[in-house]
Amino acid sequence: MSTLEKTQLEKETVTTTQLSGSQAVLEALLQEGVDTIFGYPGGAIMPIYDALYDYNEKLKHILVRHEQGGIHAAQGYARTSGKVGVAFATSGPGATNLVTGLADAMIDSNPIVCVTGQVFAALLGTDAFQETDVINITTPVTKWNYQVTDANEIPEVMAKAFYIARTGRPGPVLVDITKNAQLQLFDFLGYSKCNHIRSYRPKPVVRNEYITQAAEVINQAKKPFVLFGQGVILGKAEAEFKAFIEKGGFPAAWTVMGLSALETEHPLNVGMLGMHGNYAPNVMTNECDVLIAIGMRFDDRVTGRLDKYAKQAKIVHLDIDPAEIDKNVKTAVPVWGDCKETLPALTALLQQNDHSAWVAEFRELEKEEIKEVIQDELNPTTDIMTMGEVLKTLNELTNGDAIIVTDVGQHQMVTCRYAKFNSSRSNVTSGGLGTMGFGLPAAIGAWYGAPHRDVVAIIGDGGIQMTIQELGTIMQFGAKVKILILNNEFLGMVRQWQQLFHQKRYSFVDITSPDFVAVAKGYYIDGNKISERKDLKTALKTMLDHDGAYLLEVMVGKENNVFPMVAQGTSVSEIRLK
Amino acid sequence: MEKQEYTITLYTENSIGMIGRISTIFSRRKINIESLNTSPSEVEGIHRFTIVISESEEVVRKLCRQIEKQVEVLKAYYNTNDELVWQEQALYKVPADVIAEKAYVERLLRQYGASAVVIRNDYIVFETAGHREEIDRLTAELTKYNLIEFVRGARIAIIKESAGFHQKLKEFEQQEPSPDVVENEFLDQQDEVFTM
Repeated sequence: MSTLEKTQLEKETVTTTQLSGSQAVLEALLQEGVDTIFGYPGGAIMPIYDALYDYNEKLKHILVRHEQGGIHAAQGYARTSGKVGVAFATSGPGATNLVTGLADAMIDSNPIVCVTGQVFAALLGTDAFQETDVINITTPVTKWNYQVTDANEIPEVMAKAFYIARTGRPGPVLVDITKNAQLQLFDFLGYSKCNHIRSYRPKPVVRNEYITQAAEVINQAKKPFVLFGQGVILGKAEAEFKAFIEKGGFPAAWTVMGLSALETEHPLNVGMLGMHGNYAPNVMTNECDVLIAIGMRFDDRVTGRLDKYAKQAKIVHLDIDPAEIDKNVKTAVPVWGDCKETLPALTALLQQNDHSAWVAEFRELEKEEIKEVIQDELNPTTDIMTMGEVLKTLNELTNGDAIIVTDVGQHQMVTCRYAKFNSSRSNVTSGGLGTMGFGLPAAIGAWYGAPHRDVVAIIGDGGIQMTIQELGTIMQFGAKVKILILNNEFLGMVRQWQQLFHQKRYSFVDITSPDFVAVAKGYYIDGNKISERKDLKTALKTMLDHDGAYLLEVMVGKENNVFPMVAQGTSVSEIRLK
Repeated sequence: MEKQEYTITLYTENSIGMIGRISTIFSRRKINIESLNTSPSEVEGIHRFTIVISESEEVVRKLCRQIEKQVEVLKAYYNTNDELVWQEQALYKVPADVIAEKAYVERLLRQYGASAVVIRNDYIVFETAGHREEIDRLTAELTKYNLIEFVRGARIAIIKESAGFHQKLKEFEQQEPSPDVVENEFLDQQDEVFTM
């Protein structure tokens, strides 16, 4: 029996297929396979919450403590589950609190559907209580948005919303529904999923001539180098990607968003690109003869100074979004399309190859980085703990199987550099927008997206204080999130820049913290704080073994810097080791 | 790269808020829209935008790709002036006594192909259509003769090479995407860096 029929039977009053707009919204969610909603009620969305009362068994609603937490949780859910994340908020402040998360989801291509309540259609434009022009506020930070004023529109609009959010280059969609439309009874003619919109091309057609050209260029390469981004994960093309690099014997480096698409220990994985990435891939970007970019967008944090970026190389760019081709870096061969389709086509035309001498050059440079940076970071000789050694110890305990969520800053870069991953969809971080406060709520969502995996949220002492209220969500709903605070008593990344580029004029970067363990205790969450190396392993093990959420605060060096570093305005090959 | 005048022609769905969606793509990059016209197109239900900006071709190309990412935009074309037949319209309100007394002004208006729309005792309203420079010249001339009021409309333009949007729309209505993605003209041209 369909959900709809059940609903009608339960009500026993309706004999036709009349539904309220609110019920239609929830029916749409069920039809789209949604199981979890992150939200917060309020005046203008009350009819939807009223309908939710009857759908409680089919749709799990997680009451967050702030709408920003709601959308970040939806993002974390989307990232680990591969499904569309859903967030609810009311009109006015509820909706404006979503904006940071929308911007974050937009730039990081997260599939999200937000439903916001809106004042009665008759009140639109009258400065009514909790009225905000949400559509215009969110236009630049959504892939699509729409305001519903008539319940009859709801099935079609919801179907479009999910279709747009998850297809092509994914992104956030917002549906704003006026209260009258939520309350309105209408003839529900059933729900059909959307699979075509006339004016919307989710994928460009794969053009064989470009595949052929790309294969020719790549087959002739003496020093080919692969850069990959989140496109490989979004396209669910991890296996196709691995087949591609293995057949060609290509060294492959990842962007922060591409992390975990290829396991850390893979012999062709040569590390992280960009400002705080590894030494070898940055230097070799300006040494290779063919640069193969897959599902990445040449962000300025990856490229450094553009006019000195890979000028010697022919660039082959695979991307699903035509607007990304030639946006920042000129392409020799543009390979439009979903890499799930283009990679196998390209692999078929590749000559089996072995570039082990070339890969060995990366490993040589890596030795230099180990000597200058990594050795001291992972095995410090002073009593002061480093973030790197915390990560090293965590790797030993998780063995690379945990989902690692980070916030933004030094701890994020250190985590991306040193965390070990065995499988895809294991790294959740705010890459493009760099949203401090992302970590804790995203970790909650990440856990709901993959409840059988360990979720460790690594967060700085600054970022945790931006969304610490979400401890309340953990308390109430029991997400088993392990919160690892790396406390250096500074806004570390800004302090590092002030040290290096502003003559150590530390301007408002010394941040004091509450007793985090006591705060956690206030939320009935167990915790511990350590400041000595001898306690590190046991404390981490206790955290991981604990059945339930846990907060561990680790005091690390106050003025440690993240290196290597490509300073702003310099070339990737000018990367500093100290 | 040299900036020059480009006319961008968009075909969009006729939905609320399209002007806002399109204009933020320009304003976000601090690009001034010199003229913007919206009108129905040759295809029922499809709207046509005609936008004039002065930018380099590289920037215009990138803008068009960003515009095409909008869900409701079907297609964005950009053209230089020589690829277009284009017109701008202007209305002038001139004191009636000037026309009556100064034969030169009447000659001037004839010369520019202006025609009277409204004739009153106190003023006469003329309209003319043509290229920007012609309108600007006439405006400059009339300013000397107590021009009371002047307004110029947005550019409208027809693409010389276009066969209309009917055929294109059929492709869009099919469920497989159009193969019409862009050129590969940059093969081996690595010498310039473009930022926007």
